[in-house]
Amino acid sequence: MAARAREIAPAAVAGAVLAALVIGTLVAVAIRAGGLSGLRTSDLAAIRFTLWQAALSALLSCALAIPVARALHRRRFAGRDLLISLMGAPFILPVIVAVFGLIAVFGRRGFINAALAHFGIEPLSIYGAQGVITAHVFFNLPLATRMILHGWQAIPSERFRLAASLGFGPTQTARQLERPMLRAVLPGAFLAIFLVCLTSFAVALTLGGGPRATTVELAIYQAFRFDFDMGRAASLALVQVAISVTALLIAARVTLPASFGAGHDRSFAPIAQLSGGAAHTALDVAAITLAAAFLLTPIGAVFARGLPALSNLPPMIWSATATSLIIALASTIATLIVALPLALAATRHRWAEITAMLPMTASALVMGTGAFLIARPFINPTSLALPMVLLTNAALSVPFATRILLPEIRTLRADYDRLASSLDLRGIARLRLLTLPRLARPLGFSAGLAAAFSMGDLGVITLFSDGQTRTLPLALFQLMGSYRMDQAAGAASLLLILTFALFWALDRLGHYADPR
Amino acid sequence: MKSTLMLAGALSLIATLAVAQDKPVLTVYAPDYFTSEWGPGPAIEKGFEATCGCDLKFVAGDVLPRVMLEGDKTSADVVIGLNTDVTAKARATGLFAPHNEDTSDLSMPVKWDDPVFLPFDWSDLAFVYDKTKLKNPPHSFAELLDAPDDAYKIVIEDPRSSAAGLSLLLWVKAIYGDQAQAAWEKLAPKILTVTPGWSEAYGMFTDGEADMVLSYVTSPAYHIIAEDDDSKVAAIFPEGHYFTPELAAQLKTSKHPKLAQEFMDYILSPEFQKMIVTANWSFPAKLPHDQLPEVFQDLPMPEKTLYTPEDEAEKLRGPALEEWQRALAK
Repeated sequence: MAARAREIAPAAVAGAVLAALVIGTLVAVAIRAGGLSGLRTSDLAAIRFTLWQAALSALLSCALAIPVARALHRRRFAGRDLLISLMGAPFILPVIVAVFGLIAVFGRRGFINAALAHFGIEPLSIYGAQGVITAHVFFNLPLATRMILHGWQAIPSERFRLAASLGFGPTQTARQLERPMLRAVLPGAFLAIFLVCLTSFAVALTLGGGPRATTVELAIYQAFRFDFDMGRAASLALVQVAISVTALLIAARVTLPASFGAGHDRSFAPIAQLSGGAAHTALDVAAITLAAAFLLTPIGAVFARGLPALSNLPPMIWSATATSLIIALASTIATLIVALPLALAATRHRWAEITAMLPMTASALVMGTGAFLIARPFINPTSLALPMVLLTNAALSVPFATRILLPEIRTLRADYDRLASSLDLRGIARLRLLTLPRLARPLGFSAGLAAAFSMGDLGVITLFSDGQTRTLPLALFQLMGSYRMDQAAGAASLLLILTFALFWALDRLGHYADPR
Repeated sequence: MKSTLMLAGALSLIATLAVAQDKPVLTVYAPDYFTSEWGPGPAIEKGFEATCGCDLKFVAGDVLPRVMLEGDKTSADVVIGLNTDVTAKARATGLFAPHNEDTSDLSMPVKWDDPVFLPFDWSDLAFVYDKTKLKNPPHSFAELLDAPDDAYKIVIEDPRSSAAGLSLLLWVKAIYGDQAQAAWEKLAPKILTVTPGWSEAYGMFTDGEADMVLSYVTSPAYHIIAEDDDSKVAAIFPEGHYFTPELAAQLKTSKHPKLAQEFMDYILSPEFQKMIVTANWSFPAKLPHDQLPEVFQDLPMPEKTLYTPEDEAEKLRGPALEEWQRALAK
């Protein structure tokens, strides 16, 4: 019993911190408002729109990610690793930067409409529900692809060789190996993306084309700023949490574990027979090319726009950069410290999984305000600027890290728990010899994501900022706010380079540390 | 990490000690854009500290929400950079003290007799376009509404998240009154999109994505002075333009009321007023026209100014927002 308690304690502490941050801040806002207040009909419309766009965005992202992940799994080509990393970039971009990239490609004056006009075709409009969905797919296709690709890589290569020796073609391979894997991975991927899109704010507002595309997060913003009604803001935030928890419970019910068993860890070499003939090759080439074009052109556009101004950045950008890098690295460490115990506990305890997902359900505005209200009686909140940014950034990365770690931990448990128990491998030794090495890849990926998120997130700094401490995204906003659009574009390029470099380095580190 | 935090802690301790020596600290809450080196903050700090024998400290962020959260325990002595959309709410808190300044001879198109909120600069809302690209700009608000749907695409700010966006609601309301919703319905097809704030909207305009942006009559001055580019112009409408002053106020709870008052005096001083023009790209609240930089003297200006007093604006904004939502949702 004591051993069990010891095993759960780290997860319980991590869970308590997250619950305090998400639920505690909400309660603080509600108390300050003197209770929750009722919703309006326009709020209900916002809830409907939010649910609809989040579900559709998640569905499309997952559906499109399957052929891309399959193609990446069964083809080998020069630059494949780099492409996989690069294709992750949209997910880690600061929202506003990505929106400008999308506009450069899909906007009125974008490449695509220029090409269409050349052929005399009616222009496409990115503004409206279609724009919101396009942007959400742009952001989340990389996440879905990576999660599904990890699923494919988790199938032991022996299974594929066995399939080949049994004379399977692509169809039978799909039925026997790939579908069970997808059955295990897809609900988690869908859920993660659904939750990301649930709290969408700037994307939905900028590309939504107007009040039709009002999301719950925008309604919260309106309650705070326009109506000064904190009670309604808290009610809406509670609705957001309730929707997310419901989604979590449903996803947990429909997720089935894939049980391929352990293999010998030989690296997977694509087998021509399973990968199909020319038609399949063409399909894979098309999937990879289209996905790469969709994901990389907007990023290229942002990069190219800012490049000329890169040498002309004001000196303060560099101190802001240093601040951002320190926060990013610290919050990466914090993310892993919180996420790993929760993910390890989550295979046995549903509460751990749900708590780990809590930050995704939180409204950034409510969380920041609540934290401010809680901290205020004890300490001047401006002196908390950096720790608060660090903490909230870390919290917002925990759900992703947990999502990424969880399937691999399930496999790890199924494959090695008995062996480890029979060897009496426990505690730190087990962590060092078994858990960490086997989880190196997803840990590296999670760390990369956490660092990148933290780099790009404007987060709660606006409530806690003291005017001197500045992160790179805040500096970017300040440049934009004072007409310096070119320098802001330069700062965006810099942010893009640094964010991607951090993500890539940590992701690669995970690969190198993997014994397989 | 640990050592970094410790270093940060040590540095802030040193900073605190250095300040604590003798000088009193005047804490001024201001918006983010205000305190960066491209805003007016640094010049204000330098100018005021030269005479006040104090340390002026800016705290950047969401000014009014923060003061309201802190209530009478706020550490702010002065707030600067409020827009008229929040003054009713700010006044109702009872946290602010009178500014005690003479506002009878301000250089503003609107007579100002608010005893609490003191304007330090102002501009008028306007739709800004690029004259080298847009060949058929509107010459009146009516022309703007009646232009064909594909004549131009405009980007505006959301009234729920932006002061400029809310002022546009009041502008339309001031011209069209009961017909405001019909006006919005005419404008709707020409609205490319609605952004959370001014920065995103203006960025979309300078990137060439939108033909026109809701900004200010003074915006072209930035491009002329800082970029030597005279292609950006504000469309001037005979129906009148909406007046948007920026305001400052002192807190009742200030621990340095004398300093706070000195700061209010400083705001209307010629030094501050001359500086604010190109630091905040707007007209100073109290400076004779002939002392303005030439570019500002030559800016095309509307003949008529529209402004809705606070009480009326407070009553109008809820219904006006609903009209806007109905019209744009169609």
